[in-house]
Amino acid sequence: MTLLLIEQILNGLQYGMMLFLMAAGLTLVFGVMGLINLAHGSLYMLGAFVCAAVAGFTGSFWLGLVASLIASAAAGAVIEVAVIRRLYARDHLDQVLATFALILVFSEGCRWVFGSSPLFLTVPAVLSGAVTFPGGLQYPLFRLVIIFVGLAVAGGLFWLIGGTRLGVRIRAGEADRGMIAALGVDISRLYTIVFALGAALAGIAGALVGTLQSVQVGMGEPVLILAFVVIVIGGIGSIKGALIGALLVGMTDTMGRFLLPMGFAQIMDPAAARGVGSALASILIYLLMAVVLVVRPQGLFGART
Amino acid sequence: MKIVKTLFPSLALSLALAGGAIAEPVKVGLITTLSGGGATLGIDTRDGFLLGLKQAGATDVEVIVEDDQQKPDVAVQLADKMIQSDQVDVLTGIVWSNLAMAVVPAAVGQGKFYLSTNAAPSQLAGAGCNPLYFSVSYQNDNLHEAAGAFATDTGYNKVFIMAPNYPAGKDSLAGFKRYFKGDVVDEVYTQVGQTDYAGEIAQIRASGADAVFFFLPGGMGISFMKQYADSGVDLPLVGPAFSFDQNILQAAGKAALGVHNTSNWSKDIDNEANKTFVAEYKAEYGRLPSIYASYGYDTAHLLLSAMKTADVKDKEAFRAALAKADFASVRGKFSFGPNQHPIQDIYVREVVEEDGILTNRIVSTALADRADAYAAECKM
Repeated sequence: MTLLLIEQILNGLQYGMMLFLMAAGLTLVFGVMGLINLAHGSLYMLGAFVCAAVAGFTGSFWLGLVASLIASAAAGAVIEVAVIRRLYARDHLDQVLATFALILVFSEGCRWVFGSSPLFLTVPAVLSGAVTFPGGLQYPLFRLVIIFVGLAVAGGLFWLIGGTRLGVRIRAGEADRGMIAALGVDISRLYTIVFALGAALAGIAGALVGTLQSVQVGMGEPVLILAFVVIVIGGIGSIKGALIGALLVGMTDTMGRFLLPMGFAQIMDPAAARGVGSALASILIYLLMAVVLVVRPQGLFGART
Repeated sequence: MKIVKTLFPSLALSLALAGGAIAEPVKVGLITTLSGGGATLGIDTRDGFLLGLKQAGATDVEVIVEDDQQKPDVAVQLADKMIQSDQVDVLTGIVWSNLAMAVVPAAVGQGKFYLSTNAAPSQLAGAGCNPLYFSVSYQNDNLHEAAGAFATDTGYNKVFIMAPNYPAGKDSLAGFKRYFKGDVVDEVYTQVGQTDYAGEIAQIRASGADAVFFFLPGGMGISFMKQYADSGVDLPLVGPAFSFDQNILQAAGKAALGVHNTSNWSKDIDNEANKTFVAEYKAEYGRLPSIYASYGYDTAHLLLSAMKTADVKDKEAFRAALAKADFASVRGKFSFGPNQHPIQDIYVREVVEEDGILTNRIVSTALADRADAYAAECKM
């Protein structure tokens, strides 16, 4: 039971880290530019497809990973310059409409290029299989790697935002974009960089998750919804909020799906308990979000109200 | 949706034109899943059905193909459109039971025939049966019942069972438990379309089971198989053919080798109809057929057999003609029970490698002449 609990905690952690990679980019873009980017999930999908295609073509997962990073960052930069830039001054409804159109373009584009059937990546040999910890706990190595990648990205982002010149500009842009432009910072270049950074994070998340699961058209949308839940819980614009929010959502979902059916089995017929438990588990994170919104409408670490 | 439609007008048109001289063509609405994680199932269903028509040289059938995206609301819209504006006579093709539950009762309620190429939820086999509804594939429980019987025969005592939380998933676990005599150590419902099974695999690891039964069709099965192979858990797997169909095997790789699964069809069933089907399917599409393709193919032949003796507008006569099942099924023996679900043999298959391709081979018969558990409740 203890081993099972530890394994489930690791699963929650891994899920949370994956959500963090998505949510970090989304919250940066929203916080700095005030832009609602529904197409963030498409960049995640793009990263996965490029990784699958390049890995399939060259036989090297690592090349695929690098390619997905470059492709999604480049795609992010291109759509920022071509489409997103025109939306900063518009209201949120226009942004939602335009970025929703981007989802359709990306989805149909991927379907056109790669077909409707899912693609599958193979975990590279060095990262495949499970590692055994002292005490007998076994855990898939690749999932551990995702946890470490998430932690590394979190560390890198905190350093970037808190300890570099670019970070100072991003924070300044968040606080007052008119003033920072007046001080001579090239605001539109800054926005392109931030957008490409967010896109690269989504792309790398897509490539990692695609390797674990499957690469298919439309894979980004369910994750996008969860990423929005994460940034609403964590507070919009806050990297720290995105990290804590992602871990909360990851843990709540994993533990809910694990513990709720067991809990209900104590008070009702086991077969029915499983059905009720797993149905309830799937709404648990939305309940969490609702509670956070009632108690702290600006999110856990959000500055805005 | 639109892309799919434009792929086939030439076929639909040629079939319709050639038949125009004799009688009004029978209009068939084929709603199936052509995009997303379940796309391979729908594509195979469609390809099997169209191959059946083509191979029989059918000239008086017009087929309208649409993609339901594995969403019940989309399927309902498509069915409404096909019934009201296209005025189809027969609907078919739905893969998923939750979509079938949304479409079938309304379709038969409006006087349309529905021939199921796959989904056959228990709700439509018992009290909810209907004279216009035929399941050509099976009743949902069937393959899982056979898996239960197989697990019992193999001597598994403690089995962990898992299926998605939707009508066919519930039928699956009910069917397995009906024939499994040992202990079910844990039963887990996953989400439909779930792609991450880390939590379930952790529970399997901790369960102390001696085997795992799982029903995860399409992309769900592929994700699970890949993650299971990488998890360090090595309990034997048992499942229905859906969890080990031709498409899943190619993606899951060697991890599936030697696994047993239950099916009412296999490409090595020895009869003329099946040999022709497998050979022509390979020639036409360049890949091995799956169970879904076989159901689509049989459905096309069933429809054609009924059209020979009855007019689709004469519902009672057409129903009687369908019920005779006067066609050469690729499964060999095939007849309909009183609730218009098949009575057929269900086999145990083993995953083997043939010419470098993973595929299934029959090793034994799990249940002979199996009807279903709900026929008695059907009052027609």
